[in-house]
Amino acid sequence: MSHSTLAPRLADYWLTIYRRTWKGTVVSSFVTPLLYVVSLGVLLGGFVEADPARLDGATSYVDFVAPGMLAAASMQLVFSQLTYNVFGGIRWHKTYYAMTATPLGVADVVQAQVGYVLARVLLGALVFCLVLAPFGIFASVGGGVVAVAVQALVALAFATPVFAFSAWISHESAFALLFRLGMLPLFLFSGAFFPVDNLGPALSRLATVSPLWHGVELTRMASLGTWQAGPALLHVAYLAVLGVVGYLLAVRALTRRLVS
Amino acid sequence: MISARGLHKSFGDFEAVRGIDVEVRRGEAFGFLGPNGAGKSSTMRMVAAVSPVSAGELRILGLDPATHGPDIRARIGVCPQDDTLDLELNVLDNLYIYGRYFGIGRKELRERCDQLLDFVQLGEKRHAKVDDLSGGMKRRLTIARSLVNRPELLLLDEPTTGLDPQARHVLWDRLFRLKQQGVTIVLTTHYMDEAEQLCDRLVVMDAGRIVAEGSPAQLIRDHSTREVAELRFGPEQHDDHEQIAVRVADVVGDAGRVEVLPDRLLLYTADGEAAVQAVMERGLHPVATLVRRSSLEDVFLRLTGRSLVD
Repeated sequence: MSHSTLAPRLADYWLTIYRRTWKGTVVSSFVTPLLYVVSLGVLLGGFVEADPARLDGATSYVDFVAPGMLAAASMQLVFSQLTYNVFGGIRWHKTYYAMTATPLGVADVVQAQVGYVLARVLLGALVFCLVLAPFGIFASVGGGVVAVAVQALVALAFATPVFAFSAWISHESAFALLFRLGMLPLFLFSGAFFPVDNLGPALSRLATVSPLWHGVELTRMASLGTWQAGPALLHVAYLAVLGVVGYLLAVRALTRRLVS
Repeated sequence: MISARGLHKSFGDFEAVRGIDVEVRRGEAFGFLGPNGAGKSSTMRMVAAVSPVSAGELRILGLDPATHGPDIRARIGVCPQDDTLDLELNVLDNLYIYGRYFGIGRKELRERCDQLLDFVQLGEKRHAKVDDLSGGMKRRLTIARSLVNRPELLLLDEPTTGLDPQARHVLWDRLFRLKQQGVTIVLTTHYMDEAEQLCDRLVVMDAGRIVAEGSPAQLIRDHSTREVAELRFGPEQHDDHEQIAVRVADVVGDAGRVEVLPDRLLLYTADGEAAVQAVMERGLHPVATLVRRSSLEDVFLRLTGRSLVD
């Protein structure tokens, strides 16, 4: 489509949807990080006596695991927002059909919904970091702010491929597979809870394919203030490429469903 | 408003629309009449600029949907066959949010929403959940939604399918008012009474092709007789329908004909009462007779050999 994006015309729709749901999410977005940081960071972390040299520059386990949890939470929010909601918009509620009966095109619809999810992730990350701050996780205030901003990139790298998947599949049972064989292994083995080196040489190399690993590394650099320009650029590029490729696939998959 | 030449639509090997020519003029109410699967909805989706044309030429408001889809969609209203209302939003929000998709300013849009809710008699229900509305109300809300951008052309796909008779009449009344306001209306239906009520002109579609075209009265004049006498015989005589048809063949006159259906015989003739009289005089005793005017149903039966609604 040659016209400039009409995605902003969907802002009122997503704001209205958010206004209907935010009360239910606000409590959990405060409580969830607190539960995580207390249980995993403080209580479990009390048993972890790792060599600080192997903790990516963190001086304690809680400092190590907190940015990992932040990035993992961003990923989880994306999965929860762009699976059944996308599938349902095609199959059950047909909201996309109504949207594209207007001047809006498929690309506008994808952009708006991904934009909405990025905003949700940023808001969630902000709350997450405010809850974590008193635990002395962040090396600096600036580091905390950058850690939040990085979540937009993490979310983008997952949002568009997950959108594409949800628009592509022909039966909702595929989501069980996505969650168990996709999201869960990513969650557990992407360096959020332990350094990927622990996996051994072969598996640790495999783990570096995981977008979440790149997100975790980037978030950790921001949080601990241990920036390294080369690897940081590589992480950003990897996540950005995923986001762009995913976007093209998402538009293609949704077009295939709606325009026939 | 709409101009189609040799319009085709295929899905893989299946040809849903097999080369139709259609012209719709400004201000008229135009109908696509045909049974399920005739290609009406496929045609409507192409006209709504959401389904690419497989072959042939299509212009809507003088524009090519392949290159000007968003421009066309900005100027038309679409009322799809299944209500695609948003169940998460209330009645007013469904209208308002949809209006925002057209880029209508907030203040202007609020006024339009109030007017439209009054027009479709849903003003009282503005804050109700869509799920709590009756089928007729949902359809009226969908029509209000399709009018939010003040369309020059309104497309209605099976607007009253699934509604009870009272709800249908309310809807017809609203559509009639729109027509009086000068809105060009294009609708599909498999109800001949709906086509007769609303359409100035229509095409009869069957298996992807147009089999006849004209005003309802003209179609009836061209393809049927003035009156129809329906004869029902007892179940024990159903097997004899063909024989009976032969015996009464000359009753209907030169212009008439006899149609055999599983449950009754239809005598197409200029004078139905006289035909029934003549049948009786031959010693035949149908258990029930009905004389009526020809309808589009008869036109369809004549053209395709099948009933519209099975």
